[in-house]
Amino acid sequence: MSHAHPALSVADARLPRVSEYLSGPRPGRGGPGPEPNQSPGPGGDRVGQGEAPYGDAPALRQRLAELRGPGVQAKPLDARALAALAANPGCERRAILDGAGVDKTALASALGAPAPFGQSQFAFTRGHAFEARVKGDGGAELLRLVRERLDPSAPEPPPGGARLPDLAATGPQGRAGRTALALREAAAAAEAEGAWTLLDHPMLALEVAGTPAFLEPDAVVVHPDGTWTVVEIKSFPMLDGSADAAKVGAAARQAAVYVLALEDVAARLDPPPRVRHRILLVCPKDFSNLPTASAVDVRKQRAVTARQLGRLTRVEEIAAGLAPGACFSPELPADLLAETVESVRAEYTPECLATCELAFHCRARARAEGTVTVLGRSARAELGELAAVEAVLAAAHGEAGDAADPAVAALRRAARLREEALACR
Amino acid sequence: MTSVGAARAAAFDPGAEAARVTEAILRDTKVGAHRGVVVDSPPGAGKSTLVVRAALELADAGRPLMVVAQTNAQVDDLVLRLHEKRPDLPVGRLHSSDADAYDKALEGLDNVLLSDKAAALAGLPVVISTAAKWGHVKPSDAHWEQAIVDEAYQMRSDALLTVAGLFDRALFVGDPGQLDPFSVVGAEQWAGLSYDPSASAVSTLLAHNPGLPQHRLPVSWRLPASAAPLVSAAFYPYTPFRAGTGHDDRRLSFAVPSDGSGPDRVIDEAAHSGWGLLELPHRLTPRTDPEAVRAVATVVRRLLDRGGAAVSERSDVPVPLTADRVAVGTAHRDQAAAVRAALAELGVRDVVVDTANRLQGREYDVTVVLHPLSGRPDATAFHLETGRLCVLASRHRHACIVVCRAGVADLLDDHPSTEPVQLGVTVKFPDGWEANHAVLSHLAEHRVPWRP
Amino acid sequence: MSLITTLARLEAIRAGRAQPAATVRHRHLAERPLVVVPLTTAGEAGAPLGALVGCDRDAPRLLVVPQPRDRDLRSAFLAELADVVLPYVESFADDVELVEGKEADPETGRQVKVERELCADAPQLIVPSRAGVEFLRLLGRSTRFRRTADQDPETAYPAPPRVPLLGRWLTHFGERARVPGSSLLLAMTDLLSRHWATGQSSLEDQHLGALLAWIDPPVEEGLTGAEAALRAELGRDPEGQLLCPPAGPATDPAFDNRLLAPAIERYDRARSALAAAEDGVAADALLAHLSEAEREIGELVRSRTLPTWENVWRGLDLLRALPEASRVPDRWTGDRWSFTAHRDRVASGEPPQPRIDDAVTAAQKLARREREQAKLDAQEALDDPLVLAARRLTGEAFVGEVVEVAMTYTETKRPSPRPLVTVRTEDRPHLGEKAKVFRSLEGKPQTARFVAAEEEDGGAGGAGEVSAEGPLLVVLRIVDRMGRGKEPALGSVPEKGDRLCFTLFEHEPRGGPKLPDPENTPWTHGGPPSDPAPLPAADPVTEEDLL
Repeated sequence: MSHAHPALSVADARLPRVSEYLSGPRPGRGGPGPEPNQSPGPGGDRVGQGEAPYGDAPALRQRLAELRGPGVQAKPLDARALAALAANPGCERRAILDGAGVDKTALASALGAPAPFGQSQFAFTRGHAFEARVKGDGGAELLRLVRERLDPSAPEPPPGGARLPDLAATGPQGRAGRTALALREAAAAAEAEGAWTLLDHPMLALEVAGTPAFLEPDAVVVHPDGTWTVVEIKSFPMLDGSADAAKVGAAARQAAVYVLALEDVAARLDPPPRVRHRILLVCPKDFSNLPTASAVDVRKQRAVTARQLGRLTRVEEIAAGLAPGACFSPELPADLLAETVESVRAEYTPECLATCELAFHCRARARAEGTVTVLGRSARAELGELAAVEAVLAAAHGEAGDAADPAVAALRRAARLREEALACR
Repeated sequence: MTSVGAARAAAFDPGAEAARVTEAILRDTKVGAHRGVVVDSPPGAGKSTLVVRAALELADAGRPLMVVAQTNAQVDDLVLRLHEKRPDLPVGRLHSSDADAYDKALEGLDNVLLSDKAAALAGLPVVISTAAKWGHVKPSDAHWEQAIVDEAYQMRSDALLTVAGLFDRALFVGDPGQLDPFSVVGAEQWAGLSYDPSASAVSTLLAHNPGLPQHRLPVSWRLPASAAPLVSAAFYPYTPFRAGTGHDDRRLSFAVPSDGSGPDRVIDEAAHSGWGLLELPHRLTPRTDPEAVRAVATVVRRLLDRGGAAVSERSDVPVPLTADRVAVGTAHRDQAAAVRAALAELGVRDVVVDTANRLQGREYDVTVVLHPLSGRPDATAFHLETGRLCVLASRHRHACIVVCRAGVADLLDDHPSTEPVQLGVTVKFPDGWEANHAVLSHLAEHRVPWRP
Repeated sequence: MSLITTLARLEAIRAGRAQPAATVRHRHLAERPLVVVPLTTAGEAGAPLGALVGCDRDAPRLLVVPQPRDRDLRSAFLAELADVVLPYVESFADDVELVEGKEADPETGRQVKVERELCADAPQLIVPSRAGVEFLRLLGRSTRFRRTADQDPETAYPAPPRVPLLGRWLTHFGERARVPGSSLLLAMTDLLSRHWATGQSSLEDQHLGALLAWIDPPVEEGLTGAEAALRAELGRDPEGQLLCPPAGPATDPAFDNRLLAPAIERYDRARSALAAAEDGVAADALLAHLSEAEREIGELVRSRTLPTWENVWRGLDLLRALPEASRVPDRWTGDRWSFTAHRDRVASGEPPQPRIDDAVTAAQKLARREREQAKLDAQEALDDPLVLAARRLTGEAFVGEVVEVAMTYTETKRPSPRPLVTVRTEDRPHLGEKAKVFRSLEGKPQTARFVAAEEEDGGAGGAGEVSAEGPLLVVLRIVDRMGRGKEPALGSVPEKGDRLCFTLFEHEPRGGPKLPDPENTPWTHGGPPSDPAPLPAADPVTEEDLL
């Protein structure tokens, strides 16, 4: 990571520099070493107050507000959006838009390339019904699954069930504060009486590039030994013990964001409770509506997300490179917007189509520019410095390029072999 | 770090430590109550020595033994080592019916019996073959009380399934940090099953027999004190090992002084510190980047021209650094081919140039590595695989010189992490990203910019 | 992506239409395939919404589940699906040929000759996309353990009689689809992208409409492949519905929310009203309402599946225009064996396929698939110069002219011919020391050993690799298929002037070691599986079950 900056984010501050990997213990492996919850990062205790913790962050926030446009509220980052940072970390366009809290859906529409994402109400209804069922009966079934899959030696929750603190409060800040308090009390209750506590839809705050993001996991469980577990409830099935690996991967990345946010909260308690790095994924069993669960080790995803959150500090650097007065407000005329969007380098790849609202716009631009990566990241693998469609074709057909360049030589041989084969038809 | 290391080394007697573990392994193998014993052996920790010793002790105890290795080269090597150690011990080399199924060097040896039929070798104290060949032997035709399975982490679970019916008990030995076995077709459907046929033999074995004794050889006799800590930390985060030698035990020197060029400077840096990074300017290239290939060849040429001499615990006098003590490692076969051609142009003939897969288990004084990510526009799972880098960075006794284009750190940072997750599959550590960064940042301290 | 594929895709971008990725058709296409276009309900595991099925392009059968959460309606759908699929499948069961084979005699263990039945042809199912294959597999899993009232009079929700059998067949098709080169169950997107390279990514190729837009752009409308693909992906009518509905089984959320949900609501209301009807006259009127609501959902399902149905048949037309590759029938025979074997298992009353493979079965399947993959890769290259071109480019094959043949013989008691053949090639094969190479001689592989190579203009020689660009002289020693005599059989040795293709890969990959029987599973793999129940238990059925 070569982007050292005075305005470190919380996440960045607790990530060791790469050079520390060798001398010090490494992060993200659960091994011995300074876990974040043992060394509160700067600003950790400001989370939830909406106050920029350090340095020139107010200036950055001002700058980001200008980028959104006058009167446009920042679109809060949720866990899904944070997890998606890892999908294309090289894309500066996405980094600045997410970092500034720009509503990419509105922006995409304003650019004339609306995002095709939507959710079916059937899926929505079904998801809610399943979650309600999982948490029904005072969370008895959910706690049974947590105990069975993660903590079988813990005492069973009493017949009355677990502690179910009321987390209601006004506004996300209020709810985050309420959650923090409930976690503190749960720690005390665990120590005093070995109680289980189930937090239903707690609110967690995580400082991301100078602005707090509010995150709402499905549930957090405090074990009798005082440790914390993130619970993710999904409506895709676990069929004969296995599930769609892409969906499990997405759930794991999302849960990793919650783990990081919880570690922030934990760091402020004394002694700091341990946040478990194995989360519980709850899904419908086979073709039924009955819940089943599996423990998922999210250490890797946690390390990746921490790394990507750290890299969001690039936002300031990218913002500095924009023209003064640049603005992404969807109110602006499309051509002006397009120009501003173009001024930030994008790293379009076809995978973006599934993860980024702006992807169709970026694809159209990439196609218009004739970038070979419209075919996928791997298209460039053997092309060396050649990055444009016409340049590659010209080199392949001997119209341009240096024959001593092995990429050009290979292309020419490929073109010759292809022509020879097609002539056989 | 050096002084702390030296102080620790003083308290730590590698020879005694290794001997203690070896005794425990042999005890568990010979008289233990368990059907299996697993030994993790980091690079150069004496795996082959252990296998040979265990084989001899079992033979001495009158327990007929079959040995399973993964490649014909490994089998031949084991036969030769056994023969060297105990020329009077009858050893069977079971081979396939292909024309050159085994090393012709075995043909003239007394007490080494060659056959493509297991029945013809029955009754010998030791019979050695590849897993593929053993798979064709029927359990009804031949049976052994004891087996040794070598390179067990590179063996696939389904290969073990085909041979496990031939023996009652086995010693499984291997290096968990090297390249994992793979399958050319999708095996996701069995992911998470204890007996996933595409997983490693050891993971299946341990899933079904969780109580088996597991040992770890704690000392690398190959890797110098400059390399063991890095390789251990980067690739074996949960199972650290140490170098068997101290910083002063090995020395590499050159009679011809440096001409100030990049290759000479990186050679001096590596001779001095054990590591050298020859960094070429950033540029995206196809795999056979001619400049990088030429740089590799030039470094090798200079290594041989400068009258290198290696001092080590093995010999009281400096040993000349000859072509057979130097190797070049690459990620791809075409890169190896390009390096060979470049070496030939420089008149270098006898230096081994091969891919990581083929360099597994081999040892040299100095290695020159073309970094798997050098010049790449994209990092793929293949190039990030920890085992690949681990093999390349752990073949040397004295020094390792890496040739690489600048910009790999950025490439790693921009690499997307959206891997699917299979339920029930144990997460493998370290992940390629972290291991790569760990190695890169260490190499950065030994960086020499390319200058012809 | 191989460089030659990248190049083809880039050519497609420039041309505005897909470019050939094959010169012949590498998959078997049945004369009368059964096309299935299924739709599923969002958020539910395998709750079908409907399907268009049939062998007749002009007369697809529409199956609909008007309320996908209703167990009885779902059962009715599955029963109907069984009524279409099973007669089609069974129509191939009786026409057999007898094939001579060898089998171990159970008494003596000796190999004896036996005659075995092989179905003369086999059924072929075609779905629009990979997700469709996955969905059929899921339907197979959800139905094969169901119990009919006959099997279990106590069962709370008996399955219609033929549904468990449908499940077993769909499971078989689904498993077979995982075997490389097999053709019992195919996805149209896979078929098309095997044969054409579009100017978009392979990810985008999974959209059937967009893929076809590249392969067969509507030139008459003046659109390029890229433009037509964009329209297929994103184009919407004034009501906000996609012009080219997704090929399924998932539907577009806009369709679910704006059209389907209200229609299902109307259906539910009509049903409750009917249930509450107080007399026959009222019931008649309400029944008409219900039928109308049901018909409406049916039309919605038809409107979403019919464009895909048309697209699948259009794809078949395009593929049929390609000549069949010569080794396709050989692989189809494998499919026929697979079909025949399952037919026999069903007939002999074997239980349905287990939920999870045991260790031996899993290893067997993996080994077979690896072998079939190697075979497919080899056969496609031998059948198709364009596929071979990619292997030549990567140094795994070379084509050249024989410039010299010199006879040599083995120094054995009965000398055998070992001719040295020099081939002049412009390719750059990765020939290691003593590497084996193969050429196809009358459909069988002939082996040669690499001896030496040198640049024609006098470059480096010996084993190893040559880097420069000019023509290469490769010396090979032919080692087999020349007959038993001292002199090689007629036509078995290449002649000067022959243009030959040698591959570094084997043409007929050998089978691997034999695996133990499941009851002999060794201790390393958990020992023999516990006695399997004669019939695996059905999935538990609960009030809120979806299937």
